[in-house]
Amino acid sequence: MTSLSYAAPTSVDDAVKLLAGSAGLAKVLSGGTDLLVQMRSGRLKPELIVDTKKIPGIIGIREENGAFIIGAGTPGAVVEAHAGLNAAWPGLVEALDLIGSTQVQGRCSLAGNLCNASPAADSVPALFAAGATAIIVGSKGRREVPVEQIPTGPGRTSLAKDEFILEFKLPVRPARSSDAYLRFIPRTEMDIAVVGCGISVTLDANGVCTAARVSLGAVAPTVLLVQEAADVLIGHTLDADTLAKLDAVAQAACKPITDKRGTIEYRTKIAGVLARRVAAIAFDRANGIKNGKAH
Amino acid sequence: MNYIDSSLKVVGTRPIRPDGVDKVTGRAVFAADTRASGMLWGKVLRSPHAHARIVSIDTTKAAALKGVFAVVSGVDFPEIASEEAFVGEGPMNFRDLSLNCMARDKVLYEGHALAAVAASTQAIADEALALIEVTYEVLPHVIDVEDAMAPGAPVLHADMFTSGVSPKPEKPSNIAKVVTFKKGDVEAGFKEADVIVEGSYTTQPVHQAYIEPHACLASYAPDGQVQIHTSTQGHFMVRAYTAKLLGISMSNIRVNPAEIGGGFGGKTLVYLEPVAVTLSRKSGRSVKMQMTREDVFRASGPTSGAAMTVKIGAKKDGTIVAAQQVLKFQAGAFPGSPIGPGCMCGFAMYDLPNVDVVGYDVVSNRPKVAAYRAPGAPITSFAVESLMDELAIKLGIDALTLREMNAAKNGTKTHYGPVHQNIGFTAVLDAVKSHPHWKSPLKEGHGRGLATGFWFNIGGESSAQVHVNEDGTVTAATGSPDIGGSRASIGMMVAEVLGVPATAVRTIVADTASIGFTFLTGGSRVTFATGMAATQAAEKVVEDLKRRAAQTWDIPVEAVEWKDGMAYPAGSNAGAFEPLDLAALALKAGRTGGPILAEVSVNAQGAGPGFGAHICDVSVDKETGHVKIERYTAIQDVGKAIHPSYVEGQIQGGAAQGIGWALSEEYIYNTKGQMENAGFLDYRVPVASDMPMIEAVLVEVPNPRHPFGARGVGEVPIIPPMAAIANAIRSATGLRMPDLPMSPPKIRAALDAAG
Repeated sequence: MTSLSYAAPTSVDDAVKLLAGSAGLAKVLSGGTDLLVQMRSGRLKPELIVDTKKIPGIIGIREENGAFIIGAGTPGAVVEAHAGLNAAWPGLVEALDLIGSTQVQGRCSLAGNLCNASPAADSVPALFAAGATAIIVGSKGRREVPVEQIPTGPGRTSLAKDEFILEFKLPVRPARSSDAYLRFIPRTEMDIAVVGCGISVTLDANGVCTAARVSLGAVAPTVLLVQEAADVLIGHTLDADTLAKLDAVAQAACKPITDKRGTIEYRTKIAGVLARRVAAIAFDRANGIKNGKAH
Repeated sequence: MNYIDSSLKVVGTRPIRPDGVDKVTGRAVFAADTRASGMLWGKVLRSPHAHARIVSIDTTKAAALKGVFAVVSGVDFPEIASEEAFVGEGPMNFRDLSLNCMARDKVLYEGHALAAVAASTQAIADEALALIEVTYEVLPHVIDVEDAMAPGAPVLHADMFTSGVSPKPEKPSNIAKVVTFKKGDVEAGFKEADVIVEGSYTTQPVHQAYIEPHACLASYAPDGQVQIHTSTQGHFMVRAYTAKLLGISMSNIRVNPAEIGGGFGGKTLVYLEPVAVTLSRKSGRSVKMQMTREDVFRASGPTSGAAMTVKIGAKKDGTIVAAQQVLKFQAGAFPGSPIGPGCMCGFAMYDLPNVDVVGYDVVSNRPKVAAYRAPGAPITSFAVESLMDELAIKLGIDALTLREMNAAKNGTKTHYGPVHQNIGFTAVLDAVKSHPHWKSPLKEGHGRGLATGFWFNIGGESSAQVHVNEDGTVTAATGSPDIGGSRASIGMMVAEVLGVPATAVRTIVADTASIGFTFLTGGSRVTFATGMAATQAAEKVVEDLKRRAAQTWDIPVEAVEWKDGMAYPAGSNAGAFEPLDLAALALKAGRTGGPILAEVSVNAQGAGPGFGAHICDVSVDKETGHVKIERYTAIQDVGKAIHPSYVEGQIQGGAAQGIGWALSEEYIYNTKGQMENAGFLDYRVPVASDMPMIEAVLVEVPNPRHPFGARGVGEVPIIPPMAAIANAIRSATGLRMPDLPMSPPKIRAALDAAG
C-alpha cells in the first residue's frame, strides 16, 4: 500500500523544508479544488501534501503603496467580496469568480489556478492581462517573477520542487484603467473554457488606448500573452477597424488543438469573437461606462 | 368504482411530498448508504479496449493479496443459453444480459466487465484489480451505427444473423433485426402528393444521467438464502434476473428496494447484483458494490443514437397522403435498441392513409443501451417533427394548422395496428392555439418552434395492500419503486377512497417477500396500474369497514354508508347511531374480525396514451453558435393529475432532459473506441442556469379505464423538445439542423457555410 503524509506548517521555512526533504512526489495544497480531484481520479498519487493555509499572511488582501497584494491561498469568495479589487480589477475578479461552483469558490485560489497550469484556467488570462507578479519562496530565498513566466506547459510550471507562491502583486492602477474577462463555454456555468480572454487597458482623456495587455486561454499549451493584440489597441479608440484588427491578430495568435472541448477551427474563430467583446467591456469600464452596450 | 365525475377532496390537490423531509435532511437510505457487518467492497475490472478477445485472465496475484476475499471472472458464472426475457423494460436476452454483467470470451466495449474482486477496503480492491493479468487480442472495432451496418465492418457476434428478412442471411452481421410497418400503399400515396419533403437526421446516444450511480449490497448465506439491497426500478426484475443468471430459485432471493436517486429507465436491468451475489457466495461475506460516475458512463446503458431518413407527401391544402421513414438504431454491444417503439411513435400523432416504416436494430462496440424515458420516441420524433416543420414552410401553412389538419383522433387507425381511443391530442393542440405563448408576437432575433409527441403508456401487473393500523391511520404498500412521486399519488388515491386526508396514509414500497408480484416501474405505468390496485384495495377496506360498522350496530351492511372517513347509518330507518371513524373501527377490530387490510393484484389494461406539444422560443448568438432558450411551454394531456405538482415536475424534468439531448449531450469517442468524456464535466447535461422556466400546462382528458382518469405522464415530455428547439433555430436563423446535438460549433459552422 502506498502511504500519504499530510503536513500543515505554520511558517514558510518549515513548508520549504518539508517540500525539499520529500523523496517522492510532494504537492502544495491551498484550496485543493484541483489537487483533491486529481488524487481521487488516480491521476496523481502524491507521497506528501503540504497545506500552506496555516502560513501567516498567505490568505488575505492588503494594499501597499497603492498596489494590491493578494495572498496566494486567498479563496475566490474573499477576493470577490473585496470592494477595492472590484473597483480596480473587475476583470480579474470576474475571471476568478467563474471557477467552479459556490462551494468551490470557498476554497479555490489564484495560486492553485495558476500552478495547476491548465491552459483553460479562467483566472490566469486575467492575471496575465493585469501584469501581475508572483512572490515565490523556496530554499534559495524569495524571487518576484511575472506570472506569465510560471506555466510552461499543460500541468507544468517553472517552480522548483521546493518552491511555492506566497502572494501576488498587482501593479498600481493609473486613472482610466480597467479590465475584463470572458470565456466561452457551451453551458452557462460549471464548465471549462473552450476559449478565455482577458484584456486590461489604460485610456487617455479622449478614450485613446495608451497601454494594453491581451491574454488568451485554451488556445495553446499555455495561456498566451498576445503582444500583437495589445499593439493593435494601443494608440486607438475601439473603432470598427481596430476591432477587426484585434479579431484577426487574436485568431492569428491561436495554436489550439482539437479535443473533446473544441476544434481548432472553432476555438480560433471564438478567440477573435471574445477578444472583440472583452475589449469592448474593458474600454467601457475604463471610460467609466458601467452599463454600456457591451455589457 | 369510477371517480372521474365525482367531486374529489384529495386527488387533484398538492399535499407536501411524503419523501421530502427524508431527502432534504439526508435521512433517506439509498443503496450506497447500506452497510452490513463484515462487509466487503466489490469492484469490477473493466476492459480498456472497445473490442478484444480475452486470451487469458490470471487472477493468482490478486487473490493472494492480503485483504482480498474473492476474485471472480466469467468462469465463475453459469453459462446461460440464448433465451428471450420478458422481465425488464424492452427486449432482452438472458444470455446477452449475463455476458453484459461479466464477459466470457470477448469484451465488446470499453468498460465491459471481465473480472471482479471483493476485498476488505476499497483501496485493497483497487490494488487487487491492478494485479489481475489479462491478455487481450485486440480486434477492430466499430462505433457508429451506419459504419456497423457497412459491408466489411467488424462483426461483434459470429452467431448473429439478421432476423426479419427473408431469406435468412448466409453471413452474420451487426444488424440484429429488421422490422417493418406498413399501412395502405405508400407508393400510390406519394403519386397523389403535390408536395414531397425529405430529410436525413442523426441523433446521439444520451445517458439517463440519474444522479445516483448503480449500487447494491448482497449477501449469500450458507443455506443459500440471498438478500439484496439495491437501487432499481424493479426489485422483482432484479430477483428474476439474478435467479436466472445465477441458477438460484426465486424463493431464495429477497430483494429490498432502496430509495432511488433517479432511474428514467436506466435501472430496468441488472449490472452489479449478480456479480455481488457471486462475490458474496465465494467470500462468505456481504459484498457492497457501487459504480463511479465513470463506470456509469462507460458500462451502463444510454439510449440509442440513430441515423434516419423521412419522406412526407402532402396535398396543397396540407393533407398528408404518404409518409415513409427508415430508422437505424444503435443498440450497443447486444441487440435490443428501442427500434420497435421508434418505428411506431414517429407518425402516431397523425391520421395517415399510407405509411411505410423500416427499422434496423444494430450492434456496435458501445455499452448496451437501456430504456430511457419513452424509449425510441424522442429519436424518431426529432426526425418526423423536424420534417413536418419543413413541410409547413414549403406549403406556407402554419405549423400548428398543419398538425391540426392531420391530427390523430378517436378512431384513427395507426400504421402499427391499434386504433386510437379516448385520446386527447386535439385538446392538446387546442391548448397550444389558445396559449399566450403561441399567441405572443416573436421578439426581434428570436425564433419559435413547435413539436408534438406520442407515447403509448402501459399497464400490467401490480399488487397493492392497504392496512388500517391499530390507531386508525393507514399504510399503503405496493411493489412499485417510486421514481416519480408514486408514493404520493397512490397514497392520495387511497385517501380519497377512504375519505381521509392525504397525510393519514403513509405509502411504502414493500420488498419482494412482502407483497405480490409487481412489474417494474416503467412505461409510465405505476399511477395507472399500481394506482388501480391500490384504489381497489382501499375499496375492499371500505366494504370491510362498513361490514364491521353494521356488525357493531347490528344492522344490515346495506344500511351503512361510508362518507368522509366514517361509517354512518344510511338514513333514519337504519337507526340512530353515532358515526364510527377509522380510529373507532380500528379499536374494535379484534371484535369484528381481526386486522383490517386488503390486498389486490391486477393486470391493468387500458392505459391511455399520452400526447404533448411543446412551444419553444430561442435566440442564437450568431458569432458563437450558442442557443439560448428564451421561453418554453410544455402542454400535455395527463388524463387526471393526481398530484399536479408532481405532474408538472415530470413535464419540466422531461423537457429539461430533452433540452440537454437537443443542445449539448453526446458521447465523444477517440480512435481506439474509448469514451473521452465519461463524467459530468464534459458530458454536458444542462445545469440549472441553462434552463428557462418551463411552463407546464396540464390538459385533462380523462382515461375512462382508470378509476380517477389518470394517464401515464412521465415519458411524453421528453419527446418533443429536440424538434421544438430545432424548429425554433430554423425560425431564428433559417438553418435546418438535422444532427444532434445542436452544439455551438455545429451551429457556427452551419452559419458560416450559409454565408
